[in-house]
Amino acid sequence: MREVDAPNVWYGSDVSERDTTDAADSEAALVARLRAGDDAAYAELVRTQGGRMFAVARRLLRSDDDAADAVQEAFVSAFRAIASFEGGARLSTWLHRIVVNAALMKLRTRARRPEVSIEELLPRFFEDGHHVDEPAEWRDPAPLSALERQETRTLVREQIDRLPADYRTVLMLRDIEGLDTKETAEVLGVTPNAAKIRLHRARLALRTLLDPFMRSRGTV
Amino acid sequence: MNCRECTDFLMDYLNGELPPAQQRVFEGHLELCQTCLTFLESYRKTQKLGELVSEEAHEPLPDALVRAILAARQVKAD
Repeated sequence: MREVDAPNVWYGSDVSERDTTDAADSEAALVARLRAGDDAAYAELVRTQGGRMFAVARRLLRSDDDAADAVQEAFVSAFRAIASFEGGARLSTWLHRIVVNAALMKLRTRARRPEVSIEELLPRFFEDGHHVDEPAEWRDPAPLSALERQETRTLVREQIDRLPADYRTVLMLRDIEGLDTKETAEVLGVTPNAAKIRLHRARLALRTLLDPFMRSRGTV
Repeated sequence: MNCRECTDFLMDYLNGELPPAQQRVFEGHLELCQTCLTFLESYRKTQKLGELVSEEAHEPLPDALVRAILAARQVKAD
């Protein structure tokens, strides 16, 4: 492995800490090469991180062409900003945030499809606050075979796509891309409380959409 | 607490973010209301099912796109 003079902040002696140190050293080395303008390092970065970034963009945009544009824009932004990358964050996490932003920018410029109102997908209550619709027991989604997992994933994906765009996006960012509330609020340009409320409504709506499939025999 | 209020607090409850007094009221409602208990379980499973989507496998970036990205870097640099 190429020796690079990078700061080493871990001094632990057990194996897991050594592994972590190796990974951090390797990443620090890559960042140092990127900052030095090493062409091979840029190619390595694109090849090792690009597939994951493309998957993220495609999940958000549902279009290979748009996802390819978003990934290209994200990498160009990342190349420009590599000097400001702080070693405290993982490079992959930093790139993930950049591609999420690039995909959201693209989403905002796209014409919106006609969509169902969120109100139609939320649980209904009588005036005294009781549920109008009696919920049914759902099957446990945990013990699934590989095929069932794939089928269920497709089903869930299709139902997420039926959510109104604002709700689909917040659910994707929090439950699928793993951003926390604060990060989600920042990329959406709303307050953390607004992001939380939107997420809760998105999950309630997705529950409504999944209900017919989960309460009876079906794909799962 | 009624079912509508219980539904409003579902996410905070599952995240462990309800203040202790409110949590006791929430759990008191769940003990008496099978409807809300069933609803809570399906809400929890909805979140779990969402996580399945994040397991989607990813493939390497197509070579043409890798080349386009690296070429775009050169253009910016020039």
